[in-house]
Amino acid sequence: MSDSKSPILDELEKGPWPSFVTEIKKAAEKSPMAQGLLEQLELSYKEKKTHWKHGGIVGVKGYGGGIIGRYSDASDKFPDVAHFHTVRVNQPSGWFYTADALRELMGIWEKHGSCLTNFHGSTGDTVFLGTKTSELEAIFTELSEKGWDLGGSGSDVRTPSCCVGPARCEFACYDTLALTYDLTMSYQDELHRPFFPYKWKFKMAGCPNDCVASIARSDFSIIGTWKDDIRMDSEAVKEYAADADFNIQKFVVNKCPSKCMSWDGEKLEIDNRNCVKCMHCINVMPKALRVGKEKGAAILIGAKAPIVEGAQLASVIVPFIDMTPPYQELKDLIAAIWEFWDEHGVARERIGECIQRVGLGSFIEQIGLKPLPQMVLQPRDNPYIFYEEYLEEE
Amino acid sequence: MAAPARKTDIGPPHYEKFLHPIIKENYGKWKYHEVIKPGVLVHVAETGAKIFTVRAASPRLLSSTTILLICDLADKYSGGYLRFTSRNNIEFILDNEANIDPLINELKQNNIPVGGTKNSISNIVHTQGWIHCHSSATDASGLVKVIMDDCFEYFENMTLPHKVKIAVACCLNMCGAVHCSDIAILGLHRRPPKIDHANLKNMCEIPSTVASCPTAAIRPTYVDGKPSVKIDEDRCMFCGNCFSVCPAMPIADPLNDGVSIWVGGKVSNARTQPTFTKLAIPYIPNNPPRWTEVTEAVKKIVTIYAQDAEKYERVGEWIERIGWPRFFDLTGFEFTKYHIDDFKYAGLTYRRTTQMKY
Repeated sequence: MSDSKSPILDELEKGPWPSFVTEIKKAAEKSPMAQGLLEQLELSYKEKKTHWKHGGIVGVKGYGGGIIGRYSDASDKFPDVAHFHTVRVNQPSGWFYTADALRELMGIWEKHGSCLTNFHGSTGDTVFLGTKTSELEAIFTELSEKGWDLGGSGSDVRTPSCCVGPARCEFACYDTLALTYDLTMSYQDELHRPFFPYKWKFKMAGCPNDCVASIARSDFSIIGTWKDDIRMDSEAVKEYAADADFNIQKFVVNKCPSKCMSWDGEKLEIDNRNCVKCMHCINVMPKALRVGKEKGAAILIGAKAPIVEGAQLASVIVPFIDMTPPYQELKDLIAAIWEFWDEHGVARERIGECIQRVGLGSFIEQIGLKPLPQMVLQPRDNPYIFYEEYLEEE
Repeated sequence: MAAPARKTDIGPPHYEKFLHPIIKENYGKWKYHEVIKPGVLVHVAETGAKIFTVRAASPRLLSSTTILLICDLADKYSGGYLRFTSRNNIEFILDNEANIDPLINELKQNNIPVGGTKNSISNIVHTQGWIHCHSSATDASGLVKVIMDDCFEYFENMTLPHKVKIAVACCLNMCGAVHCSDIAILGLHRRPPKIDHANLKNMCEIPSTVASCPTAAIRPTYVDGKPSVKIDEDRCMFCGNCFSVCPAMPIADPLNDGVSIWVGGKVSNARTQPTFTKLAIPYIPNNPPRWTEVTEAVKKIVTIYAQDAEKYERVGEWIERIGWPRFFDLTGFEFTKYHIDDFKYAGLTYRRTTQMKY
């Protein structure tokens, strides 16, 4: 009989995929809090239920966000995780690090926390998982000393995040890293001090492939795209044509959603006026096809998960916007939307739900945008129209 | 020793500090990329400069010990430069092609596999689960581990028709945004919250608790002379939003909590429009530590997709083409009344045509 304190979890150290249980055990060699987590988690696996209570309000001086309070409901059994708060550290744009920067972060965390982390949290933060209330100020002070700051939590601007962008991707239609950094720095107050009706997420995707799922996950989604012709390298097209495993007609032309491509066995042609910039042909022939030169972004609003009124994908409010710094047009738009939200939003209602309630037509009118056919898939098919204009007998 | 000065609102470090010199020189000037082999990319710039990426797996929950090991490997092979992906993979950024295989070998010696590129199952995005969440109906990390163990071959090779993105969320809050994945595992509760009438008034604000319910099932009331709330249980759809607002309404129920499986969502605009996942299996009981029924169902979906889909068809595109009735035929999953939507936009999903395959 093994004397393991986690016989059920030990089963999850088997198999080829890296084991989170092994990670908890490694952290437990350095921190009693991680050992406490292991033992509490074992109980959860036995009883099939969580042993975490609701978060309480904890934080660092002057900030309303960045720390998520977490308490055990079994602190009599597991006193080391009686408090087990999360520290959200604002990640660098694109999740780029150097080994030295990570060592610096781990130095702080090994001193003050459970030695467990998430790289990264769902919104994008570097997550320090599990510490006591008494350690929070010290963690914050040491982080800021080294040039790091906390991310968002609660009803504030959540930590903006982005794809790898122009740092290492030829598809990027604007500088997602620069914009993420700019917005993060421009909205430090909104990020650290929650005063919105609910959370607000910015996500920057460099192209319509949307590797950061901005269209599904962000209240304000900025997706790179282009207006002019797809750039083509005819020599590289020939290389693909010569590849016996690659079938241009079947894998590229037939998959084009707007049927704007043709291939006669020698020449690939694109009717760019009818291209919807879906990325498929560029994705599968990256050596031959490139996004155009007249680049910018589309802005979509209102994505969210189901709670409360049902999940929504973001929808278009600006079909194309220039993305050259200092992004003034973009920031003016954000300011107008926040003013609208301040006036119309109710507690725990995301902007997408607020727009659903008020109506997209009314929303865009109030933030000063003109109605455009690109904002909808089709005009309405129901005749219940709230006409506001009418004539009266003289 | 004086305490360090306390600074606020300084924001994150500027990302340029962490960019490899070749990335800095070729920022915005990348021409194309190729997948050299599973888990290894080369990006080529207009100047002809090349940068190599080795993509390695991670359980997302990492000890500082493992982070420090990764740092040592980065120093040894990639000049200390690395990044993480939106699916929690680790990417080492190398300028020396000769370092690729030694790095991969040393990663493998440390049980860190390499893969997740192109037509593969890349890492699973997921939530905290029993590790750190109060509203979880299941454990996310455990599900990720057993599914990736079971589908491991698809991480290490690129033989699928297209990429398959899997996500796990431990409750309907979906911090993992599973609602747009090829395959989604979603934890759910199936019973209304149990109200702690004795303490509710002290722990919760009654008006906001009432307002939190999307189906207006919660009403104010008095129980034993104390202000509390009551639930119209027939209207409860177990979303847990009231519990988020009011800790005196715990919704976890080990006997009834479990997971559901959803398929066919995507966020990319490639070919077809971004779309939500749709329900495949409404309920599987929690069966830790290895959730065998869940891994079998996921493996079944992946295997049938691998056999039946055309190249460059994502799971949802494949099902759209063959039709949902055939998806249920092929998988043998039972179609139940729970598969038919009955919330706000339910009518949009009814079939209003006679176009059907027999």
